[in-house]
Amino acid sequence: MNLRGVSAIYKFEMSRTFRTIGQSLASPILSTILYFIVFGSAIGSRITDVDGVSYGAFIVPGLIMLTVLSQSISNASFGIYFPRFSGTIYEMLSAPLSFVEMVLGYVGAAATKSMMIGLIVLATAGFFVDLEIKHPIWMLFFLTTTCITFSLLGFIIGIWADGFEKLQLIPLLVITPLTFLGGSFYSISMLPDIWQKISLLNPVVYLVSGFRWSFYESSDVSLGVSVTMILVFLSLCIGIIAWIFKTGYRLKN
Amino acid sequence: MDFAISVKNLSKKYDNGFQALDGVNLDVKKGEIFALLGPNGAGKTTLISTICGIVQPSSGHVEVLGHDNQSQYRKARSHIGLVPQELTTDAFETVLNTVSFSRELFGKAKNAAYIEDLLKKLSLWDKKDTQIRMLSGGMKRRVLIAKALSHEPDILFLDEPTAGVDVELRKSMWEQVRQLQETGVTVILTTHYLEEAEEMADRIGVIRKGKVILTESKKTLMEKLGKKELVLDLYKPLMTLPDDLKNLDITIVTDGMQLVFTYDPLKEDNGVVSLLEKLKEYGVKCKDFNTRQSSLEDIFVELVGESS
Ligand SMILES: Nc1ncnc2c1ncn2[C@@H]1O[C@H](COP(=O)(O)OP(=O)(O)OP(=O)(O)O)[C@@H](O)[C@H]1O
Ligand SMILES: [Mg+2]
Repeated sequence: MNLRGVSAIYKFEMSRTFRTIGQSLASPILSTILYFIVFGSAIGSRITDVDGVSYGAFIVPGLIMLTVLSQSISNASFGIYFPRFSGTIYEMLSAPLSFVEMVLGYVGAAATKSMMIGLIVLATAGFFVDLEIKHPIWMLFFLTTTCITFSLLGFIIGIWADGFEKLQLIPLLVITPLTFLGGSFYSISMLPDIWQKISLLNPVVYLVSGFRWSFYESSDVSLGVSVTMILVFLSLCIGIIAWIFKTGYRLKN
Repeated sequence: MDFAISVKNLSKKYDNGFQALDGVNLDVKKGEIFALLGPNGAGKTTLISTICGIVQPSSGHVEVLGHDNQSQYRKARSHIGLVPQELTTDAFETVLNTVSFSRELFGKAKNAAYIEDLLKKLSLWDKKDTQIRMLSGGMKRRVLIAKALSHEPDILFLDEPTAGVDVELRKSMWEQVRQLQETGVTVILTTHYLEEAEEMADRIGVIRKGKVILTESKKTLMEKLGKKELVLDLYKPLMTLPDDLKNLDITIVTDGMQLVFTYDPLKEDNGVVSLLEKLKEYGVKCKDFNTRQSSLEDIFVELVGESS
């Protein structure tokens, strides 16, 4: 195991993050504040409690998930896409480094970054509403696995993309709708029956539900189902990455 | 014989169907400077990239100091430093950071003294805290060389190292390559220019259309191919050569108005002076003369002609 190599990539990626720390944090914090103003205060004041939780507090877990999903994807996809685009990937590919080690470096850094941002959003939310986290360990479990899973997904997108447009495409066309329809701002039990069933096809529902349960013990689906689904999704991403590396897809032409 | 690099039957067909390498066989000896010579698109970069693990071969094998570059890729790659043809750098990193990064990436423990020495040798030490984007092209090239040498490789690949490099830097680069050779490093470089290969290499491999059509020690190759021609324009046509010039490599062209003398410029006594003296003796007067050296293209034509 070339641990030095892994740590070289990890540190490189993290220093890239810290070089632009202002931008990295400004946008998620700002949007959190906006969401609270719009949904929490303006609209939320007219919405009754959901499952015994005030609407402002209810949306916190979903809001964190929203941020963490998009951050994980954009960090990881950009992290691997850029060296492909600029050509500096030649060094990675010619180094005595296995693909697993490469993923550890890139995905590790992307997941760390989005985890940090997730926690900062959580802290920001603390200024607006009274937070209570009933199961902090589970909260961290969901946060970590989500960061890792979606950083893996981002890595896949970064390898698949052959232009900056495609890099934006999936987050925009797939992830944003799924997160908005994933019960971030509502409980899916508020939906008509048919939409509830359709919602169950949306993987984000399970993430948000499990994550919200760790805060308030209220959830749309059971904890077991949430955990299973996220692990399935994690395995799926690992499987795709294993295939990419076995075939050298888009990495070695 | 132990080889630094041993390439067997290596072929590469790109996804678009282009056959960039076509059954390449090549052995590079330990400690030598080997020049890979070929025109644009011959497959030099593809060959190097395949050896270094950047391009997946379609078939064939590569051994690096006895290690298969697929099944034992860690061992194989740890011996290699690669300076790519394109100036691909992390624009926002500083020189020192990017070079230290390369060393770590190859799994080597930090060695500040070695890196300092390396950067000093490449005249980069006073730029160590400068972002790469602020460097000139020649400096960027040296940064890439420093990155490639950062992990103390046994084999160094230089893919067109002198593209866009001025005469002075070129000289100091060759000087450094020779110093590296003295420390036991095997160097493989690519070039378009025969002169460059001639100046630097111990052996030369000629590649064309994905095939290595010849590998030869520099001496042999230059003897075979590095001929020069002296063209003499005459005042009066000359139909036959005087007898004691017949053993020289002279041909009469353009109805006797021109003589073409082919000689070896590397030889101390290349025969040019004595030919001119003899012609004077025979009263053959020259109006004008010029010399020409067979270009790389001529050589390829000649080689391909020979082999077909
Ligand atoms: N990724 C690729 N996909 C398809 N064809 C490629 C690819 N890379 C290179 N080629 C083709 O393979 C051939 C050999 O390219 P290569 O870069 O190895 O040549 P080269 O000898 O290094 O040339 P140069 O002297 O210009 O650097 C060229 O015809 C090139 O167009
Ligand atoms: Mg090339």
